[in-house]
Amino acid sequence: MMQLVLAVTAVVLSLAAGGAIIRIARGPSLLDRVLAADVLLAIVGAALCIDMAANRHLNNLMLLVAVSLIGFVGSVTVARFVADRREKTRES
Amino acid sequence: MNPETFSGDSVIDAVSAVFMVVGALMSLAAAVGLLRFPDLMTRMHAATKPQVLGLFLLLFALGLQMRTWWVWPVLVVAWIFQLLTVPVSAHMVGRAGYRTKHLHPELLSTDELEAVVQQAAGKRGFTDDDGDEATAGR
Repeated sequence: MMQLVLAVTAVVLSLAAGGAIIRIARGPSLLDRVLAADVLLAIVGAALCIDMAANRHLNNLMLLVAVSLIGFVGSVTVARFVADRREKTRES
Repeated sequence: MNPETFSGDSVIDAVSAVFMVVGALMSLAAAVGLLRFPDLMTRMHAATKPQVLGLFLLLFALGLQMRTWWVWPVLVVAWIFQLLTVPVSAHMVGRAGYRTKHLHPELLSTDELEAVVQQAAGKRGFTDDDGDEATAGR
């Protein structure tokens, strides 16, 4: 049964990653791309979780926390700077 | 029925398998929402699904698969960490999106920030950076 679950989740996560990458490629604004990159990181975290659950090990747990930390820092930083830049271009 | 096929072990396996599939479907729902929703705010709504509920389901499945008690506090810490960071980043992205007008105002059913922005603009002359009072001390 675990093989079936692995196959199903692999297909589903691949489709999801493809959708997120399409949104990164043609997102109209930078914030859309940041959001899609965040979703892509969440999908990577989901894949790490499923690998751990299917193979019954905990090697990726720190990597999972690190991935979510990177997503947090990245999106906050980019949101901060996009606000600043757009503010200046609108004032001038 | 053979008691071996209906033991607690296989029940735990089935529950964790269902949780894994549903957690993966959360990611797919987020991708579909990212592709089909019209503007940033609605896409943010869809993007939260795998970050909170999807991660919860997958960590729960992982905890069920490990069959030990000591992993649960670690998984709870990982999930609470995600719960603490996701609202902050969503707030920053949404605030930047609102201030840079990355939204369709005709799609909003209510805009509670609009009145605050107007009031702040009227009070201080027009500077249009209404949110900077909160972050000016940084």
